[in-house]
Amino acid sequence: MSKMLDSIPTLPVADTVENVMDWLTGSFSPLFDFVQNGGKTAMEFITGMLVAIPPVVFILMIALIAFFATKRKFGLAIFSIVGLFYIYNQGLWDELMNTITLVIFASIIAIIIGIPIGILMSKSSVAEAIIKPILDFMQTMPGFVYLIPAVAFFGIGVVPGVFASVIFALPPTVRFTNLGIRQVPKELVEAADSYGSTGWQKLLKVELPLARSTIMAGINQTVLLSLSMVVIASMIGAPGLGREVLSALQRAQVGNGFVAGLSLVVFAIIIDRLTQSLNKKKS
Amino acid sequence: MEKIKVQHVTKIFGKHITNALKLVEEKKSKTEILEKTGATIGVYDANFTVNEGEIFVIMGLSGSGKSTLVRLLNNLIETTSGSIYIDGEDISKMNKQQLRKIRREKMSMVFQNFGLFPQRTVLANTEYGLEVRGIPKEERRLKAEKALDNAGLLPYKDQYPSQLSGGMQQRVGLARALANDPDILLMDEAFSALDPLIRKEMQDELLDLQQKVKKTIIFITHDLNEALRIGDRIALMKDGKIIQIGTGEEILTNPANDYVKTFLEDVDRSKVLTVENAMIRPITVNIELDGPKVALQRMREEEVSVLLAIDKKRAFKGYITADDALEAAKRGEKSVVSFLKTDMPTVPKDMLIQDVLGLISESPTPIAVVNENKLVGVLIRGVVIQSLASETEGVTKDE
Repeated sequence: MSKMLDSIPTLPVADTVENVMDWLTGSFSPLFDFVQNGGKTAMEFITGMLVAIPPVVFILMIALIAFFATKRKFGLAIFSIVGLFYIYNQGLWDELMNTITLVIFASIIAIIIGIPIGILMSKSSVAEAIIKPILDFMQTMPGFVYLIPAVAFFGIGVVPGVFASVIFALPPTVRFTNLGIRQVPKELVEAADSYGSTGWQKLLKVELPLARSTIMAGINQTVLLSLSMVVIASMIGAPGLGREVLSALQRAQVGNGFVAGLSLVVFAIIIDRLTQSLNKKKS
Repeated sequence: MEKIKVQHVTKIFGKHITNALKLVEEKKSKTEILEKTGATIGVYDANFTVNEGEIFVIMGLSGSGKSTLVRLLNNLIETTSGSIYIDGEDISKMNKQQLRKIRREKMSMVFQNFGLFPQRTVLANTEYGLEVRGIPKEERRLKAEKALDNAGLLPYKDQYPSQLSGGMQQRVGLARALANDPDILLMDEAFSALDPLIRKEMQDELLDLQQKVKKTIIFITHDLNEALRIGDRIALMKDGKIIQIGTGEEILTNPANDYVKTFLEDVDRSKVLTVENAMIRPITVNIELDGPKVALQRMREEEVSVLLAIDKKRAFKGYITADDALEAAKRGEKSVVSFLKTDMPTVPKDMLIQDVLGLISESPTPIAVVNENKLVGVLIRGVVIQSLASETEGVTKDE
């Protein structure tokens, strides 16, 4: 029986993928170079600006935003002050700024790509049938795997890190946008249609506003996923807190690993609560 | 005068539509078509016309296709075959732009669960139709405020729909529809989600409004009482087919088939109402005392042309008509006995209305109601129908 199985030669899946990748890198290398250089410059500029802000000002700013975003409650504001001070105190401030830039870039790109795809999915059952399995594939594939094409396209550094994070963090925004629009009550869609709305009017005046909180939940997921990818992306040279975790791992420094890991947790909690409270604000 | 004309309209949901359509043409039944093709018949060869300024009620139980039918009229659902003419133009052949124009300018819809946008204020909801038409901000605000003012809702314009009661929300829904100043209002179970008292109030308001604005209204309902109260004409649907079209009276007195009959029996109050509930005070003439001149005087006073005749003990004796009384008065007769007619049917006051409906429709005269040989009331066709439609007893059949 096993002989019969063995009689079939190994299918050239790996070779094929490699060939495709080679072709892509070969044919589009000017584009990739451009993105790599442009992206790197933009991100370094942002990081530079963030680092230039005095830490005290930055901490107070975040605390203020947290205070007003949570309807003038002190909980998150105090947590932000204590948590950010801890990160500063441990000498990880610059790494934090790098991480923030990476998360912001990856999230914004994922949202810009994800929401239109989600809208397309909600409008066309054919598109949904095609995109859904792709999303499943993207979410079940281990995050590490995305590092390989990222390196192939962009070499090492921050841009491939963002690239891998975008792919990894994209699915929730797409899914939740689709879900949110499909969940708009049928009667309201009919109301919009019966008054002679165009497709765009219906989308902008009725569907997106009503899907808003669902889409925001997806964006919250996307932001957190891109943060979790930041650690992994440090393997291909993306700067930030992830790199500290990685180097602690490589040298078996439990203490340093814990410090950097805790910093990531603090940062994750702050952006999670902030994006969630943005969602609750209006309703 | 003809505003909407529906010709051989069929709507089939599902696959194998061409096969199903063939079976429809072969006059196969809904279940048979479902078994053979898997397609569901939404509406099946509907034909009717609605005149300008008319309230046309489409009535049926759930699943009868009435909501599908109203959505075919503004093409929220596309027809499978047949034609729908609005002011002579076939909307099933229109492109998207023409259709949008019709929806924006000619017809507005009011929904069962109000269909208000929760993130918009009452004013912004009312403005919606004008907004998508591209009417300038200031102008649409004025129009919307006027529509809200007419509905008595102007003070609530900055509130959100969820802050209003159901009845008020539906008034906003109606104001939104009217702000567009459409010729045609499509009302899909518009009052069905409201409690009976509010519902009756809204029905009255709609009738008042109709007096003023004279729209063409298509009103969908599952409630016979509502249909009878507000409909100029009623179309009764079952399994996607229109079974009967007529005025409330025509349908009540002359049901097209057994289904209509059972539907009426099922829903109406004729089962529980007795003759006593529907009768009115009789205008009488005493044959032992009164002459033709007194009778004529009383007819003028009460604005009737027939008097019921009784004796001193109030026993029913017959009736006299104005024509006969006039003749007799000219001849100088002193008594009404000479031209007394006795062919008026009588019924006991505790008889069920259901059992006298046939008699009412056949009898050329009103019907006398007696109790132990004494005249206690009279049944007049219009009043009977009105009492069947009234809400006071609360026996409406709701889903």
